[in-house]
Amino acid sequence: MNIPAELKYTKDHEWVKLEGDVATIGITDFAQGELGDIVYVEVETIGETLEAEEVFGTVEAVKTVSDLFLPLPGEVLELNTTIEDAPETVNEDPYGEGWMIKMKVSDVAAFEALLSADDYKELIA
Amino acid sequence: MKKLILSDIHEKLGGKMVDFAGYYMPVQYDGVKVEHTNVRENVGVFDVSHMGEFVVTGEDAIAFIQKTTSNDPSLLMDGQIQYSCIPNDDGGIVDDLLIYRFSANKFLLVVNASNIEKDWAWLNSKNDTSADLRNMSDFWSLFAIQGPNATKVLQRITDVELGKMKYYTFQRGKLAEVKDVLISATGYTGAGGFEIYVKNDDALKVWEAIMKAGELEGIKPTGLAARDTLRLEMGYALYGNDIDDTTSPMEAKLGWVTKLSTDFSSVELFRKQKENGVATKLVAFELIDRGIPRKDYVIVSENDETIGRVTSGTMSPTLNKAIGMGYVENDFSKVDSEIYIKIREKKIKAKVVRLPFVSPGV
Repeated sequence: MNIPAELKYTKDHEWVKLEGDVATIGITDFAQGELGDIVYVEVETIGETLEAEEVFGTVEAVKTVSDLFLPLPGEVLELNTTIEDAPETVNEDPYGEGWMIKMKVSDVAAFEALLSADDYKELIA
Repeated sequence: MKKLILSDIHEKLGGKMVDFAGYYMPVQYDGVKVEHTNVRENVGVFDVSHMGEFVVTGEDAIAFIQKTTSNDPSLLMDGQIQYSCIPNDDGGIVDDLLIYRFSANKFLLVVNASNIEKDWAWLNSKNDTSADLRNMSDFWSLFAIQGPNATKVLQRITDVELGKMKYYTFQRGKLAEVKDVLISATGYTGAGGFEIYVKNDDALKVWEAIMKAGELEGIKPTGLAARDTLRLEMGYALYGNDIDDTTSPMEAKLGWVTKLSTDFSSVELFRKQKENGVATKLVAFELIDRGIPRKDYVIVSENDETIGRVTSGTMSPTLNKAIGMGYVENDFSKVDSEIYIKIREKKIKAKVVRLPFVSPGV
C-alpha cells in the first residue's frame, strides 16, 4: 500500500499537502482501491468557504458513491481539470495527477493535527 | 459467513472479498471495468457457487412445480431449462429461478443464494404432494464461463458438443476428466457461454482446468461487481433490487413467465392484476444529464412529484452511460418518457428506453 511519508491524512481516507496556506487534497491509494473504477468526481463548492468535515463533493465509482469531506477549514479554490476529463486518473495516480482540489486554508495550525503517514497506516491496517 | 469451496483461491487470485448473501465472495479482482469488458469481448469465469440448488423428484414432481411456479413447466422437454418465478400469496415474488427438466420425474430448481432458506421453507410448506425435495446447495459448486470465446475455451476440456447446444438447454457429460458434469447453456451476462454445476469435491479440479483451458485467450476470474453491471446492461432483474416479495411480476414485466392459463396456486390474484392493470411498471432508463442512479433514489416528474424509485443503477462500462431500472407510475412508463432522478437533492434528467441497453451476444 502506497502511503507517502511527506503527506498528512484523514480518517476519511484523504491526503493533504500544504504549501503556504494552499492545500492540495486527494484520496488515498487505499480509498481508490476500495472504491474501484472511478467514473467521475463532482465538486460544486468551488468558491465556497466551508468548515472542516463538511462535504465538498462526491466521488462516483461504478459500484458506489462516496462523499468527500474537507479536511481543513477554508475556501475551495479549484477542481483538478484532468480528473474531469479522465476520472480514472484518480485510480492510476491518486497522489499525483489524480489530486482533486486545491483550497485556501483558514486555520493552518489545524494541518499539524491531521494523521501522519504512520497513523494512517495503522488506521487501515 | 459461509465460505465457498474456492474462497481461498479467489483471495490468492487478488479477489477483493465481501459478504454477499452470507457468502465470502470475490466482488472484483482486476477492476470491474476490465472484467466487464473481458466478458463482453473475450471470456471470463465467475464462481457463483453461492446459488441454491433444489432437486425435485417423484411422480408428482411436475405437479408440484406447476403449482408453485408461475411459468408453465409442462412445456419443458428433457434437457430444457425455463426461467420462472415463485409467486407468493399476496401478489409478490418469493424468488425467481431456473427450472431444469432431467425427466418427467426429476427436476432441478436453481434459486438465489439470498433466498435459499426462504424458498426452502416456502416450497416445503406448499408441498402437499408426494414430490421429494432435496436441498443440494451446500454440496454443489457452480461456475459461469461467459463471453464470445467461452465455447472455444470449454470445448478443449469436454467432449460434449457445445456448439450444438441451444440456449436454455443442458447436457451431462465429461468435463476436465470429471464424469457427469452438468453443462448448461445459460448465463446472467448476455455475453453467451455456459454454467457448469459440479460436486464440491471436483470444484478445484474443474476450476483449474477451466483457467488453464482459457490461458491462451486470457480468461479472467470475474467478480460480483462485473456480474451486476453485465446483467444490468441486459436489463435482467436482480432479486432484492428489481423484484422482491412486494413487487408483482406484472409490474416487473415478467408477464411472459406468468402463465395465467395455468393453475399455479395464486394465479387468481395475477389474473386480477392483469384485468385491472397495475399502477406502476419497471422501466429502463438512461441519464441525459450527468449523474449515476443508485438503488432507492427517488424518481420524480418535471413538477417534482414523486413518481417512482430506482431499483438498480450503474455506469454502463460498455456504453459509458449512466443506466438504471426502476418502478414508475404508468403515465411515465412509455419509451422516451422524460423522468428525473433525485441525486443528492438535484433533479437529474433521464429518459425511459427500451431494453436491452446492450445487444446480447446470444
